[in-house]
Amino acid sequence: MYVSLTRAFYVLACAFALAVPLLGIYPVFMMKLLCFAMFACAFNLLLGFSGMLSFGHAAFFGSAGYVTGWLVTAHGWGTLPAIAVGTAASALLGLAVGALAIRRRGIYFAMITMALAQLVYFVCLEAPFTGGENGLQGLPRGALLGVLLLKSDVGMYYFVLAAFVAVFVFIRRVVHSPFGQVLKAIRENEPRAISLGYEINRYKLVAFVLSAALAGLAGSLKALVLGFATLSDVLQSNSGEVILMTLVGGTGTFFGPVAGAAVVVTLQEYLSDVVGGWVTVIIGAVFVACVLLFRRGIVGELAALRQRR
Amino acid sequence: MTQVFGIPVAVILGQLMLGLVNGSFYAMLSLGLAVIFGLMRVVNFAHGAFYALGAFAALLALQKLGIGYWPALVLAPLAVGVLGVVAERLFLRHLYRLDPLYGLLLTFGIALVIEGTLHQVFGSSGESYPVPEALQGVLNLGFMILPIYRAWVIVASVVVCFSTWFVIERTRLGATLRAATENAPLLQAFGVNVPLLMAATYGGGVALAALAGVLSAPVILVTSDMGSSLVVVVFAVVVIGGMGSILGSIVSGLALGVIEGFTKVIYPEASNIVVFVIMALVLILRPAGLFGRE
Amino acid sequence: MNLKLFAIGLAVALAASPAARAAGNDVVIGDIDDLSGVYADNLGPGGVEAVKMAIADFGGTVLGRKVTTLVADHQNKPDIGASKFREWADQNGLSMVLGGSNTGVSIAMSKVAAAKKVVFFAIGAGGASLTNEDCTPYSIHYAYDTTALANGTASAIIKGGGKSWFYLTADYAFGTQLQNAAAKVVETNGGKNVGAVRVPLGASDFSSFLLQAQGSGAQVLGLANAGTDFTNSLKAANEFGITKTMKPAGLLVFITNIHALGLATSQGLYLTTGWYWDTNDDTRAFSRRYFEIMKKQPSMVQAAYYSATLTYLKAVKAAGTTDADKVMAEIRKARINDMFAKGGYVRADGVMIHDMYVMQVKSPQESKYPWDYYKLVKVMPGEEAFGPITGLCPLAPKK
Repeated sequence: MYVSLTRAFYVLACAFALAVPLLGIYPVFMMKLLCFAMFACAFNLLLGFSGMLSFGHAAFFGSAGYVTGWLVTAHGWGTLPAIAVGTAASALLGLAVGALAIRRRGIYFAMITMALAQLVYFVCLEAPFTGGENGLQGLPRGALLGVLLLKSDVGMYYFVLAAFVAVFVFIRRVVHSPFGQVLKAIRENEPRAISLGYEINRYKLVAFVLSAALAGLAGSLKALVLGFATLSDVLQSNSGEVILMTLVGGTGTFFGPVAGAAVVVTLQEYLSDVVGGWVTVIIGAVFVACVLLFRRGIVGELAALRQRR
Repeated sequence: MTQVFGIPVAVILGQLMLGLVNGSFYAMLSLGLAVIFGLMRVVNFAHGAFYALGAFAALLALQKLGIGYWPALVLAPLAVGVLGVVAERLFLRHLYRLDPLYGLLLTFGIALVIEGTLHQVFGSSGESYPVPEALQGVLNLGFMILPIYRAWVIVASVVVCFSTWFVIERTRLGATLRAATENAPLLQAFGVNVPLLMAATYGGGVALAALAGVLSAPVILVTSDMGSSLVVVVFAVVVIGGMGSILGSIVSGLALGVIEGFTKVIYPEASNIVVFVIMALVLILRPAGLFGRE
Repeated sequence: MNLKLFAIGLAVALAASPAARAAGNDVVIGDIDDLSGVYADNLGPGGVEAVKMAIADFGGTVLGRKVTTLVADHQNKPDIGASKFREWADQNGLSMVLGGSNTGVSIAMSKVAAAKKVVFFAIGAGGASLTNEDCTPYSIHYAYDTTALANGTASAIIKGGGKSWFYLTADYAFGTQLQNAAAKVVETNGGKNVGAVRVPLGASDFSSFLLQAQGSGAQVLGLANAGTDFTNSLKAANEFGITKTMKPAGLLVFITNIHALGLATSQGLYLTTGWYWDTNDDTRAFSRRYFEIMKKQPSMVQAAYYSATLTYLKAVKAAGTTDADKVMAEIRKARINDMFAKGGYVRADGVMIHDMYVMQVKSPQESKYPWDYYKLVKVMPGEEAFGPITGLCPLAPKK
């Protein structure tokens, strides 16, 4: 019963996603949503499944966007190679940050990631190739393998959707693999995992790098979808937003971050037109409510409800 | 003019003084944070928001009630402290038995609510708060002109910081507070009202932030986001000092103010982030912080 | 069961969310602005009101079609600004957009304007690059830019005797542009640029930078920053007595900043503005109506929103269509004569040339009524203020 329901849900979600352009929903909005959903899923790999709260994940998201943007404009690279290198760049950054941050746990880990993210922001601001506070603008979407032109929104949408599905499936695979089981063990009881002989630091570092790389992939795609990479991608508030998305949707679930991203991105896009400056207050209130009452997030609460029946 | 590394001595001394002024703000703010973390294991992300509230409270007191600077120095922190107690009772209390990260996220949300409301009510341009008459004017120190108000800020924060340190480390009340962190149930068994203590601690910590807010109102424009940029730096300061250490945060606050001051002369563009560089270094070399006890 | 319901619910919600689909034939004007952030007081809701006033004054319809407005808050994020613009162009029949507020968002929006062929009035952003490297056939830079401001203020101060300059510059592109524009004027007029210090954006304490300025011995303190940075640096300059020995020059100042600072702190400051509410009867009439709604006097950019909307509607009428190319042709031919500018026109590179006013802030004694803040020092003709065509915009080659 449980398995077939989940499967039915995924089939429905896929059908819906494939039909989006036909349903008349604005493809650019959906693409932005998918990119942030990817970002949130990557973040959740670290928080929900490995138990590490990073406060500076926007650094990976944004820096990959900058690298990709720079490659397609200043050097005229093709789309796929640029995305690949952007992802690799954020993976490397993840390696550097992770190596430093893993030495500590909990709050201290979060603080280190925050401080290092501030440094990344500073570099993005000062470095000549990033265009300072104007950012990199007018990024061309190019073509897939030099053949399929991505200029049309619908074409680009399916490309982004394919990437999202790939990332989602990949994360599921990682979590269900033996590697993922060890991560879960570390999250549940770290001293026990050590006593069992696992080199926990190595596992944590790999998880961090994976999460950073996938966040970078999301950032590169977003930069090409919208056509620019700017400082708001690496701002501290962006790191806060991805935490909110994961929290609202449900940490430790697979679809949670996607749901959370959908909620937050939609709220930001349409709520501020209605309520203006009260958006911040509302988002803050949602945060508070989630932490106090809905700690399992939307998907988590729904799953718990169902299990109780 | 005598020069050290190509910078005139007068400039160095001047930057030292200014660094101490900024350092005093950092020290007072990180003190509140350290008190709350040390005694409650809560990372108070709303500290910057309460700092802004303190400044706005003083502003409102002046504009609507005609209450001047000197009474505001006491009344504003008191009012904000009460608000803090309410927040603790309503929200924070439920999270103590959980992972401390939830407390962090909760205070993050509270910060958004406070700052968003301030922004909506007061607008984005900010308002001016006048320097009190008794403290207007400047001192000619020879190597620089220092406004009297800034000198007052240094004195006031040093006094507040060290009295707080004294209370916590050297008095009976402080001992009770410290015992509560070690073993709250045991302390409660001894008849101490621990929940009240926790509420009072949070209220006290944010009152310190509000006091810093009142002190800074005559110096910078009172805006709704005056605390948000500051709070990240203050966190770095607390981490450098050692997250449970009161003395550590005071000393690091002052020291970092000075270091930041020198950076402004040597490499001004980086003065915003030099604190983070130091924090990263400290965390790598001495993870518990300079005065930490872990 | 619940998960399925959730999925269906999500689908329905998302399908229903793209809000107002335009009612077929309307002429749709979009305002994408900072409604809630740091620029909200200068632009924001006030700008929206100004647009509505202009539409009402024009008669509410053009070419027999109703004029409607769409409003969005870009929260100072280029993401949101550009995607809203694109969405409205794709789905809501958008024909004109005003706004931008800051240069980064405005550049992103101008790229969308070019791609979707929608007329874009960039108001609020200062960056001169909007009409240089980033110019497009459909973007117009209204109200002011960094060149005009610097030209006005710098030349007035130099002629008044302020020959040596030290700059406090926001470590951001517009800060640099302000500094460079002013520095050029200083040199051409025989002055000297003694030095500069780059301050990180959002620094809360300026005292040490100001000390360096004082140590330089320059006569003029050039404040190449804006918003809270400007107000905080001027406040500190006052506190440290620096304004007694150096003349302060505000290179990007709005009336809302002066209102926040108060005259006691800002008196004597030189600044340049594209428009002031108390200049003549026309401006006062507009401001009176505006004040009734917003309870504040309009800033130059809010007045610009009014003027830009009127200019656009007049051009649509003249062109007989909302087709962007034809309308832009009309706009470039037109002379702009309304309460915002007399004899204004749009140049080939997109700059809206009009007179700029160099002002000095009054002292508290000189100010006779609320918002009576400025006294006129001189009127600078548009061509002089905005400078000659630089040739950096491919649409406007240097002659």
